[in-house]
Amino acid sequence: MPVVMAADQVARSITRIAHEVVERHRTLDNLALIGIRTRGVPIARRLAAGLHDIAGTTVPTGVLDITLYRDDLMRHAVGPQPVLRKTDIDFSIDDRRILLVDDVLYTGRTIRAALDALIDFGRPGAIELAVLVDRGHRELPIKADYVGKNVPTSLSESVQVRLAEVEGLDEVVIKDASDS
Amino acid sequence: MVDDTRIMLTGGHLVDPTNSVNGPADLLIVGGRVAAVGRDLPIDPGTTVIEVPRHGVVCPGFIDMHVHLREPGDEHKETVATGVAAAVAGGFTAVACMPNTTPVNDHAGVTRLIRGKAADVGLARVYPVGAATKGRDGEQLAEIGELHAAGCVAISDDGRPIANALLMRRALEYASMFDMPVIDHCEDRSLAGDGVAHEGYHATMLGLRGLPAAAEEIIAGRDVGLSGLTGSPVHLAHLSSRGSIRAVRDGKTRGVRVSCEVTPHHLTLTDDRLAGYDTNYKMNPPLREAADLDTLLDAVRDGTIDCIATDHAPHHYDEKHAEFDSAPFGVIGLETAVSVCLDRLVHPGHVTLVRLVELMSTNPASILRVPGGTLGVGVPADITVLAPELSVTVDSSAFKSLARNTPFDGWRLRGGVTATIVGGRVVYANAAAKGAEPFTNAM
Amino acid sequence: MPPIADVLTPDGLAAPVGLRTKDLLSIGDLLPEEIYLILDTAEAMKEVGTRSIKKVPALRGRTVVNLFFEASTRTRTSFEVAQKRLSADTINIAASGSSVVKGETLADTVRNLEAMAPDIIVVRHQSAGAGHLVARLCRARVINAGDGMHEHPTQALLDALTIRERKGTIKGLKVSIIGDLLHSRVLRSNVQLLQVLGADVSVCGPATMMLPDMARLGVRATTSIDEAVEGADVVMLLRIQLERMSGYFFPSLREYFQLFGMTPERLRRAKPDAIIMHPGPMNRGVEIASDVADGPYSVILEQVANGVAVRMAVLYLLADELQS
Repeated sequence: MPVVMAADQVARSITRIAHEVVERHRTLDNLALIGIRTRGVPIARRLAAGLHDIAGTTVPTGVLDITLYRDDLMRHAVGPQPVLRKTDIDFSIDDRRILLVDDVLYTGRTIRAALDALIDFGRPGAIELAVLVDRGHRELPIKADYVGKNVPTSLSESVQVRLAEVEGLDEVVIKDASDS
Repeated sequence: MVDDTRIMLTGGHLVDPTNSVNGPADLLIVGGRVAAVGRDLPIDPGTTVIEVPRHGVVCPGFIDMHVHLREPGDEHKETVATGVAAAVAGGFTAVACMPNTTPVNDHAGVTRLIRGKAADVGLARVYPVGAATKGRDGEQLAEIGELHAAGCVAISDDGRPIANALLMRRALEYASMFDMPVIDHCEDRSLAGDGVAHEGYHATMLGLRGLPAAAEEIIAGRDVGLSGLTGSPVHLAHLSSRGSIRAVRDGKTRGVRVSCEVTPHHLTLTDDRLAGYDTNYKMNPPLREAADLDTLLDAVRDGTIDCIATDHAPHHYDEKHAEFDSAPFGVIGLETAVSVCLDRLVHPGHVTLVRLVELMSTNPASILRVPGGTLGVGVPADITVLAPELSVTVDSSAFKSLARNTPFDGWRLRGGVTATIVGGRVVYANAAAKGAEPFTNAM
Repeated sequence: MPPIADVLTPDGLAAPVGLRTKDLLSIGDLLPEEIYLILDTAEAMKEVGTRSIKKVPALRGRTVVNLFFEASTRTRTSFEVAQKRLSADTINIAASGSSVVKGETLADTVRNLEAMAPDIIVVRHQSAGAGHLVARLCRARVINAGDGMHEHPTQALLDALTIRERKGTIKGLKVSIIGDLLHSRVLRSNVQLLQVLGADVSVCGPATMMLPDMARLGVRATTSIDEAVEGADVVMLLRIQLERMSGYFFPSLREYFQLFGMTPERLRRAKPDAIIMHPGPMNRGVEIASDVADGPYSVILEQVANGVAVRMAVLYLLADELQS
């Protein structure tokens, strides 16, 4: 089970993304982070902390559960229905620049669902996407603006991001389906 | 021309409580009557020999003193023809049919119609029970004398009690002139209200309106009292509750001329069956609690209960396939009673075969004052041949009855019927019972 | 902050990801962990109702039939709002009166509906067990929205959600349910649900309206309203149906209110932070005084709001074909 990112690499990637965000935005005043449940949430929180360290700005951070927007809800293919948890966005997204944060970018369907969900909340000025890992195999025309690491994979593999807040340690591993 | 057809039943175990016979014996029928009973009877030339399969038991014909044949009026549920076909397939040589037809059997015309239909079919004997009151309305006595003359063997407003105590008293007194029992459906309707299930834990949790046991017990107690007052015989139909049994026991102890019956379903099922709202568990009186069932079994054993009767109540599929509270009360029983009783009463040792014959043949005959219940020489050869070891799986789709509303569908039971003989004629023979293999519990 | 992946229920049960049952007919059909799943999902669903666009696509393309044989504005509207918020296609069928009067049997009505391939049927019927009959006849998932005196499971779930929101937990709370116990489907569902969730339930009503064999339900019963209210965390009032007077249950509404009506004075025996609940519709001045219904303890309107969320949760969880 190869480890493709160890704890220090995860931390460095997030810090690097924070720097890139600061570089690309003239001001952070109009920016908000929205983490996609489950693992996008701690990554967004760490990014917010990084942005605060670099620019001294507290960027509002929200939580988005995209379960109700998934297009695979009624399908047998993906295993049991995920447990619905709360969406928590306590600021207006109208005209803001929104940075969506997730752990792994794969087919793009999760991001498609997240975009649908966000648009139900208002009319953002712009939406950008940051992911810790891009593993390829896109099925929709979606591209990340900030990528921690590009990890080429085969379809039979799965990429698992583990985070201290969830699993107790930071690492990214590749698992072959046949391992499980 | 004298009928001298000779039939010999050989190799069976004969049970005839009235003649204290309980052992291997042959039985000779000549001209439709029992001509001889004994071991190794000589077989004259020209005799048809019927060999009773191994373990077979030859008994006086079973009599179901409480059935609904639905004709006239509800021929979509059952007819006299299908009802008696079901009866003989279930081992019954005679049935007494209740008067709640449309029109009500409260006058000789209806009685004669039912008897005529039964005669046309010619399978089981059919004894009509006449209405006690005109239209079963509980207001005025029916013309009981005429009903008796037309062939009714008892009177009853079955399905309804005779609510007015004075009228019940008069019915008892009046019917006694014709030596007819009054059969009462014990239920205080003002207390029972619109209940649909036994009032207890299960009905409570299922949100079903309750039929309290007290509604039955109040009338059972009243009827015992009125029978004592008048000295006339009363027969309490399909008792289901502990308190009713107490009332009968008390009456019998005091010498009151009270008799009673219980159904196979009340001896085997309790109200916990209601959980899925299956309307094949909806009947009146309702399935009650385990303590009631235990008391009924005790009463069957100790003689407090005189008869087992099915209360065969056919209903059309569409009627039963409805919301629990709007479905009609009642289940059929003619084609399952013998198997259920052998499996649940005889094999577990609650009653002996001799006692079962009393419950299902001897006692009903004596309560209704009809022939049967015995295999003494000279009586009509109404005979039920049992196969106590036959393995039976109840399959309602194969019933002769028009109806399918049985709670026993799919039950695997030990014991069945080999043949039914009425007046010396084999009216039913069970192909499955030929050389019946002993029941093996292959679990 | 607890780890995000901590999806254990308060009882330490592993959270299931769906419901085992095809239908929701009775609270007894649900395992404790399934009850928590529904409540947690409902809590998440509440957020949808706070948005300016109160709609998510979860049930897009699914057909839900609301088959109501009994008039009910509140429950039907609540289900309908829930369905619309989940983007389901909603069809309302108000079949008035019993099927017998209508001339068509319930079985035929359901078979006809089934031929149109609905995904979920929500049934309200005056006969106990009607939902069971519908469920036996069709592939669609069936939600019991009240069947005679039997059960009203989504009402109990929304009550539990309301209590949990106000009190943080249900375990150990003293809940008193007062009113027409005998005829109440809300009571039957609530007693089972609250007991599973660990509440200490007592019931109170006229002796004529007690449940037969109540001892086996494991609840305390009293005919003294003061005793019932004493120390209560939650006081739940049940509706008195005015037609009950014809069944000799009580002599007059006036006397009912005198003996069992909830007044501010009586409520003083409850805990200072007690809440008042009522499944509606209320009879003011019969089971509840207006100043209680409109008072600070009343969470009656929260119940209504939570009703939508609970029904969204149940619809959403049952819609998953995987569980079949």
